[in-house]
Amino acid sequence: MGVGIQVENVNAWYGKSQALHDINLKIEANHATALIGPSGCGKSTFIRCLNRMHETTPDARVEGRVKIGDLDAYNGTSPTQLRRRIGMVFQKPNPFPTMSIYDNVAAGLKLNGYRDRKNLDEIVEGSLKSSALWEEVKDTIHKKSGASLSGGQQQRLCIARALAVAPEVLLMDEPCSALDPISTGKIEELIFELKAQYTIVIVTHNMQQAARVAEYTGFFLLGRLIEYDKTEKIFTNPSDKRTEDYITGRFG
Amino acid sequence: MASLRGLVPDTTPTPAVLQISAWRRLKDQMATAFAVSTVVIVLTPLVAIFGYLVFKGIGSVNLAFLTQIPKPPGEVGGGMANAIGGSILILAIASLLGVPLGIGAGIYLAEYGRNRFGDTIRFVSDVLNGVPSIVIGIVAYAIVVLRQKHFSALAGGVALSIMMVPTITRTTEEMLLLVPNVLREAAYGLGVSRWRTTLSIVLRTATSGIITGVMLAFARVAGETAPLLFTAFGNQYWNWKLYQPTAALPLQIFTYAISPYDDWHRQAWAGALVLIVLIVSAVSAVRYVVRRGTLGGVA
Repeated sequence: MGVGIQVENVNAWYGKSQALHDINLKIEANHATALIGPSGCGKSTFIRCLNRMHETTPDARVEGRVKIGDLDAYNGTSPTQLRRRIGMVFQKPNPFPTMSIYDNVAAGLKLNGYRDRKNLDEIVEGSLKSSALWEEVKDTIHKKSGASLSGGQQQRLCIARALAVAPEVLLMDEPCSALDPISTGKIEELIFELKAQYTIVIVTHNMQQAARVAEYTGFFLLGRLIEYDKTEKIFTNPSDKRTEDYITGRFG
Repeated sequence: MASLRGLVPDTTPTPAVLQISAWRRLKDQMATAFAVSTVVIVLTPLVAIFGYLVFKGIGSVNLAFLTQIPKPPGEVGGGMANAIGGSILILAIASLLGVPLGIGAGIYLAEYGRNRFGDTIRFVSDVLNGVPSIVIGIVAYAIVVLRQKHFSALAGGVALSIMMVPTITRTTEEMLLLVPNVLREAAYGLGVSRWRTTLSIVLRTATSGIITGVMLAFARVAGETAPLLFTAFGNQYWNWKLYQPTAALPLQIFTYAISPYDDWHRQAWAGALVLIVLIVSAVSAVRYVVRRGTLGGVA
C-alpha cells in the first residue's frame, strides 16, 4: 500500500546555486500527484530529494525534512533502505543492457541478495503484468535483452523493475517524454491502475497529462513551489497569477 | 527547390549549378579509393610478417619442437616445449597480478577518482605506460630477484604485470566512464548499494570493452623479451616452480637467433610462429567465451 509523503522546509543546492527554496508539501497516499513547471524550475530536483537521489550528484546538498510514511528520510535512514521503499522511473528508459528481461525485473531483488528462485519467478511475472508488458514479452523473458525492446516497452519494463521491489511510493520523472503518443497512453492507463496500490509522484511537461492522471498538482517556478492544490482547481481556477500565466501558455 | 527534385515531375532543364554530379562522383571515388588504400597499407606489414613467419618457421614446427626440451648446443633437434610452458606460467602469474590490480585501479579512477589523488594516479599510470620495458625489468630485478637471491618465474611475472597495469587501468577507466550514468541511477533507485552497483551493473555493462583492454595488454607483454632477461632469465630445462629460473618463448627466440647454429636459427623462426599463434588463439578464445556469455543483440 502507498504511504503519504510529508515535506518540510526542503532546500537543495548544486554546489553554490540553490535549486529549491523552502518547499513544504503533503502528498496524499494512493493518489497521483503531478508536478509541473518550466524546465529548470526544480521539479526533478525535488523528486530526487524524496529518494535521496539528489545527493548522488557531486557537490549536491539537501536540507530539511522528508517523511515517507513514518520513515524519516534524512534522519536515521540510509539511502539504500529508503530507496527500497521508493521506486523510480526515469525520463529516458534505462533497462540494464546486459541483462535479460527477466533479470531486469528481478535486478532490484537479486542485487539486494534475494535468492528464492520460485518466488522470484512469481514476482517477475506479477510485476510485468502490473506494468502491462507480460503479454508482449512472456515468451522471451529469458532470451531477449531488456535493451532489445521498443522505447515504450522499455519504459514499461523499467516500471516493472521498480514495482518488483514492492515500493510504497513510485516517483516518475517525465516518464513519457521520450515516448510516442500510443506508448504514452499505455503508461497513463498504467498510472491510473497503479494508484490503487502506490503513491505516485509524476513530473511532467505535458499539462494535459497532469490533468488526466493526477488528483493533485503542484506548480514549481524558479525553485519555489508556487501553488499546490487539487488538479481541477489548478487548471480551472488557480489562485496565483503565475500559475495561471503558465497553464494558459503565457510563459514557460 | 532542390529538395523537391525527383518528387514532382520536373519539366524545367536542370540548372547548371546542379550539373556537377560527374565531378562529385569522381571525388567520392577518390575518397573511397584513399580509404581502401590506407587499409591495405596498414594491413600489409601484418600480413607480410605473419606470412614470412609461416614461410620460415612452419618447416621446423613439428611434434618434437612442441614436446621436447632443447638439445645441447650444436646438436640438431630438440624443441621449445619448456619455453612454451614457461611462457604460459609467466603470463599466468603476470595476469593474476596485473589484471585485478589494473581493473581495480580503473574502477577507482572512474567511480571515485574525480579528485587530485585520481589525477596523480592517472598521470603516474600514463608515465608508467611509457617507461621502457628494460627499465621495468630492472625494477623487478631489484625488488624480487635481489631479495630472493636468484632469478625466477615470479620475477618475470612481476615485471610483465607491471607493464600490464597501466594499459588495463586506463582502458577500464575509459570503458566504465562510457557506461551511461542513468544505469547507475537506475540501480541506486532500486536501493542497490554503490559497490554492488559498480560490480554488478557498471562493470558488467563495460565487460567487453575491459576484456579488449586486458587482451591488448596481454598480447603486448606476451612478446616482451627485455623485462625477462634478468628476471625469468631462461632455462634449458623444464621448470614449473615459482622460485626457479624459467624459460620463456621470447627469451628462447632471442638466444637462438643470436646463436651461430643454423638449426637454432630455424627453431627461432618456429618459436616466433608458435608465439604468435599462441597469442592469437588466447585472445580469440577469451573473446569467444565472453561473446557467448552475453545476450544476443547487445555488446
